[in-house]
Amino acid sequence: MTVGLFVPCYVDQFYPQVAIASLQLLEKQGLTVRFPKKQTCCGQPMANSGFEHLTGGCNKNFLEAFEGFDYIVCPSGSCALHVKHHLKVEGQEALASDIRNRVYELTEFLTDVLQVKNLKARFPYRVGMHQSCHGQRGLKLSQMSELVAAPFSKPESLLRMVQDIEMVQLDRVDECCGFGGSFCVSEEAVSARMGQDRVADHQRNGAQVITGADMSCLMHLEGILRRQGSAVQVKHIAEILNGE
Amino acid sequence: MAVVNGKDHAALADVFNKDKARVGWHDETLWFVRQKRDKAAHGIAEWEQLRQTASDIKDHVLSRLSQYLVEFETRAKENGIIVHWAADAEEHNSIVLGLLQKAGVNRMVKSKSMLTEECHLNEFLAKKGIEVIDTDLGERIVQLAEEAPSHIVLPCIHKKKEEIGALFHKHLGTPAGNADPQFLTEAARQHLREKFLTRRVALTGVNFAIAETGEFVVCTNEGNADMGAHLADVHIACMGIEKIIPKREHLGVFLRLLARSATGQPVTTYNSHFKKPRKGAELHVVLVDNGRSRQLARKDFRNSLKCIRCAACFNTCPVYRRSGGHSYHTAIAGPIGSILAPNLDMRQYADLPFASTLCGSCSNVCPVKIDIHDQLYKWRQVLGKEGYVPKSKELGMKGLAMAVNNATMFSVGGKLGRWVMRNTPFVVNNGMNPWFKQREMPEAPKESFREWYAKNRKEG
Repeated sequence: MTVGLFVPCYVDQFYPQVAIASLQLLEKQGLTVRFPKKQTCCGQPMANSGFEHLTGGCNKNFLEAFEGFDYIVCPSGSCALHVKHHLKVEGQEALASDIRNRVYELTEFLTDVLQVKNLKARFPYRVGMHQSCHGQRGLKLSQMSELVAAPFSKPESLLRMVQDIEMVQLDRVDECCGFGGSFCVSEEAVSARMGQDRVADHQRNGAQVITGADMSCLMHLEGILRRQGSAVQVKHIAEILNGE
Repeated sequence: MAVVNGKDHAALADVFNKDKARVGWHDETLWFVRQKRDKAAHGIAEWEQLRQTASDIKDHVLSRLSQYLVEFETRAKENGIIVHWAADAEEHNSIVLGLLQKAGVNRMVKSKSMLTEECHLNEFLAKKGIEVIDTDLGERIVQLAEEAPSHIVLPCIHKKKEEIGALFHKHLGTPAGNADPQFLTEAARQHLREKFLTRRVALTGVNFAIAETGEFVVCTNEGNADMGAHLADVHIACMGIEKIIPKREHLGVFLRLLARSATGQPVTTYNSHFKKPRKGAELHVVLVDNGRSRQLARKDFRNSLKCIRCAACFNTCPVYRRSGGHSYHTAIAGPIGSILAPNLDMRQYADLPFASTLCGSCSNVCPVKIDIHDQLYKWRQVLGKEGYVPKSKELGMKGLAMAVNNATMFSVGGKLGRWVMRNTPFVVNNGMNPWFKQREMPEAPKESFREWYAKNRKEG
């Protein structure tokens, strides 16, 4: 089984350790993992700003980069969701559709495809789980508090395999952090306030580390924590699942 | 660009956020309503099935709207109701004015109707010298404050009880400094009672109109629609054409969903059926289009017309809770308002589909399963293509599209950017950067992942 590692553009540039952890975590499962160099960005920043029609270049890159892999795995629910919903290239509809169906978010891939039952990882900290909306409500990585339905959580079931980890219970289990792509600057006041309120929930409930399946949310929360001079850290879930 | 006094949603939200304690209070107050909704929904095992049923009924109605409207009109006329058709807000307002003039009155009472807010009926009638008294307590409060409702179910939710006390002191003569909710409510009741007893025309909204029977249903918690309608000689009921349901038996589905979604109550206190005029009285229904058939023709946005105005999407929306209803500068705020308003005026409301993180909570609480967040995304595409997105944003996105068009350019650009952030941080860490205002920038590593990969994995 050959897996193409789909790394969000900002993770590539600002959080290489998250991509390294994702790569190593997948390699530990005995998979052949490749990072196709041709990839850049999924196109979501443009599309969410109303310019999906400017994402042709991104889509073409994506198609060329990821053609031929058994699975395409991404350590971001948001980027994975965008590709699954919006990847299209004129004249190559069948290939685009095939590729869309091969894209998985990392924790979803570990849970549903590899059906991982245990992990060799240890993380002796109190951890708050941030549910990123696109992963949760878009890819259904975990149950949503609005629905009357049985609870489940793919990322949390993986975290529970980690030795010595202590999960904290939040007051609002799945409220948006306010990052929202270009929303974080175009609606700066509301975005920052939402982030401050999320951070406060984790702090109030004793989290030492905030984790999640999307580094964009965590980048926003980290920016707020560092401005406050808080000791609370953010870590992408891949870093915890890969930690020893 | 969409504006109110030169300010769009982001600018109005920025003003709202100056008072941090108040934002916290507003957020908590509405989150409390969301929690009440959750509790009520979880009390019904078949909740999700109920939502699906309501959605299916509404989809069916929208697919045969003209047929059901004509059926409703026929039955209503048989019942003795006088039916009017209004193509737009202007026609709606002039029909209401005509009825008031015919009755020879220059004042009336009105219970909650977001449609009349949408049509700006109060302002129109005021200019014609007609006094309108809103009889819903929350609406009366914002009317006294000369403000618009900030929420479609809880019109004065942005006001604290002390502010309401001060307002009542000024307008109703209650003692200064008294902010006791029960006392103030009693003062409002006494004030409104006199209006109910003396006004000869009452206007109400409509929650559901039943095609099969030609009757309509008005839901209130205060009974103010009934007080108005039962005491007046002329009852005018105004409704958007999407309020139709086929049969009376469908009503139970919606009544079970409406109050639970809106406030967490099992049912609204008064669900009043109006079928025929009282002896000697007149009963009018005004059916209003005002852009609804245009929305019906937009395939991507059609099902926004399923909305039953419960405001669950307001209460759950993390942006609404932290920006307040007035920042949406439209009669219907919140996520649903943000997908309805651009249909009315794309230029004026081009900012609203962007007043969201697309978190999707709105779609999940919606009792009729409107895909609100997907429609927000789709409106953005329409607005982007039609040139209603600010030029600065368009330029930025064009630049970004170019930067990520090619992996080499992306890699070189990224390396350069990170070098700048590490060596001359003042270039990004300044007042020109909205991110930096309340957040630190991420630290820029020396090596990107792709650089690390090229060194550490051979087969790159």
